[in-house]
Amino acid sequence: MEMNQEGVAVENTPPSKKELKAAHKVWFKKQLFKQKELVLISIPFVLYILVFNYFPLTGWAMAFQDYSPAKGFFDQKWVGFANFMQLFSDETFPKVIRNTFFMSLINLVLGFVFSILFALLLNEVKNKTVKKVLQTVSYLPYFLSWIIVTGIVLDVLSPQTGVINQVLMTFHLINKPINFLADPKYFWWIVGFSNVWKNTGWGSIIYLSSMASINSELYEAADIDGANKLQKMWHVTLPGIKPTIFILLLINIGNLLNAGFEVQYLLGNGLVSGVSQTIDIFVLKYGISLNNYSLATAAGIFNGLISVTLIYLANKAARAAGEESLF
Amino acid sequence: MKKRVVVSDVILEIVKWTFLIFFTIATLYPIINTIAVSLNDGLDALKGGIYLTPRKFTLENYKSVLTQSTLLNAAFITVSRTVIATLLQVFLTSLLAYILSRKEFLFRKPITLLFIFTMYFNAGMIPNYLLMQRLHLLNTFLVYIIPGLLSAFNMLVIRTYMNGLSDSFVESAQMDGASYLTIFWRIIMPLSKPVLATVALFVAVGQWNSWFDAMLYNGFTQRLSTLQYELMKLLSSVTNQSQSVESMKHSSSMVTPTSIRAATTIVTMLPIVMLYPFLQKYFIGGLTIGGVKE
Repeated sequence: MEMNQEGVAVENTPPSKKELKAAHKVWFKKQLFKQKELVLISIPFVLYILVFNYFPLTGWAMAFQDYSPAKGFFDQKWVGFANFMQLFSDETFPKVIRNTFFMSLINLVLGFVFSILFALLLNEVKNKTVKKVLQTVSYLPYFLSWIIVTGIVLDVLSPQTGVINQVLMTFHLINKPINFLADPKYFWWIVGFSNVWKNTGWGSIIYLSSMASINSELYEAADIDGANKLQKMWHVTLPGIKPTIFILLLINIGNLLNAGFEVQYLLGNGLVSGVSQTIDIFVLKYGISLNNYSLATAAGIFNGLISVTLIYLANKAARAAGEESLF
Repeated sequence: MKKRVVVSDVILEIVKWTFLIFFTIATLYPIINTIAVSLNDGLDALKGGIYLTPRKFTLENYKSVLTQSTLLNAAFITVSRTVIATLLQVFLTSLLAYILSRKEFLFRKPITLLFIFTMYFNAGMIPNYLLMQRLHLLNTFLVYIIPGLLSAFNMLVIRTYMNGLSDSFVESAQMDGASYLTIFWRIIMPLSKPVLATVALFVAVGQWNSWFDAMLYNGFTQRLSTLQYELMKLLSSVTNQSQSVESMKHSSSMVTPTSIRAATTIVTMLPIVMLYPFLQKYFIGGLTIGGVKE
């Protein structure tokens, strides 16, 4: 701005590119001096993020090497895609991918169904105090650690003292207690419902706030039309939160190869290892326990690439859908 | 008001209350049950049948937990890491958010991008482990603090809040010749208290609940073990001994791994429950921060 005015004041010809560049340089230096404090403060932050978030990326090279910790970076033996080949010729890894995928899918579906159902029903509670109490209780588990939650799951499912077996026995639905955690066919569902127990209340918050912003005239109009509660729920509330559901669904698709690993790691045991191992557990086992850094990193990269691709596609779809709903 | 009884409304009421009551019981029962077991005689608890209240009341389990030096030490480490990491992370992340909220800052865009990118990738467990090894952070207390000093996500949350603050205070302070740091410390920090409280609570809960770093980086250093990690060890010892319950019944000790675990679980849960009213107050605010401001 200043430069333009000066240029106009001095002569009527517009300033040349060179002059502009020089003027910009002067301005830049002046600004830099003025905000030297900001610049100085930012330096340690940038160094920190480079060391702790960007530098470790060089570790990805290990996936293409026959990595040996004793050697320096440039002395490693490069093996191309051999580690990736080994991953997929191994019979465990495809199983691990299958486990990860299905457990994330179960988590996703159960998570959505229960959060939305809970929000819908809680929204129908008219007494403010009761509603508040129910909601407060519902998200307490979100703040508990997975260690505590899996401990609770073990207690509840215990064949000796667990309440589930007690109830099933009382109603004569089973003859003898089931050892749920020793049977591979239950494992994915146990993980899924552990997630439901921990996260449903928290997950419902966003739907409840979305419901609170639905125009009350819509309900009044429905009343005039003689709609009952169920019809209002179906024709007003649900369509009202549809955009929220849709966007969250798209975002969560990015997590389809991210089943977490804490629950599986903590609940898994030798009897169910065929269905409990996820990619992260595989990485932990090969990398840290067996010291095969190269294979573990290859598995990590494979997982990371798929996740990033899914997130990218989901974001793109979400944006496209968001723009569409604007018009 | 005219009241018509609609069949579907009645069914809906029944379904609604059945679900909500069942859900609430399912949430609370395991916690109450753990409290009951933790207050019950250890050997007696193995017989089962303890639901909402202890059958043979005793404080032995808690006594035993609170006199075990490994658990006390773990509690000390957990409290230290939670307090130190929370204070440092909130201070540093908000300082970063502040300089990135200054519109005149020449490197605002590139530095912001540098941080945002980190939200989309992670080098992974092994490269991170090797980095800690290279920095000689394995088997040190600092490994709990240093890797998590900054969070791009929290920075964005705080910055969004700061962007919503009125510029007039800052401008008049600048007129008076106040430095950027003074403005940050005297004006921006106090004005951002609600968002800082929200972020602090989340960081604190995360620190309190984390156990994997204790296992991965400090697994061989008992004196740096944390409460959650100790609880995890108890968990696996209980899983392994479930077959030998019979042999436990003949042991003379009053406490059992199961009862110790129940008591430790309650001790570990207590701070979260105590913080709960604050979590409540601030996190709803935290969730809506950004959109509603101004």
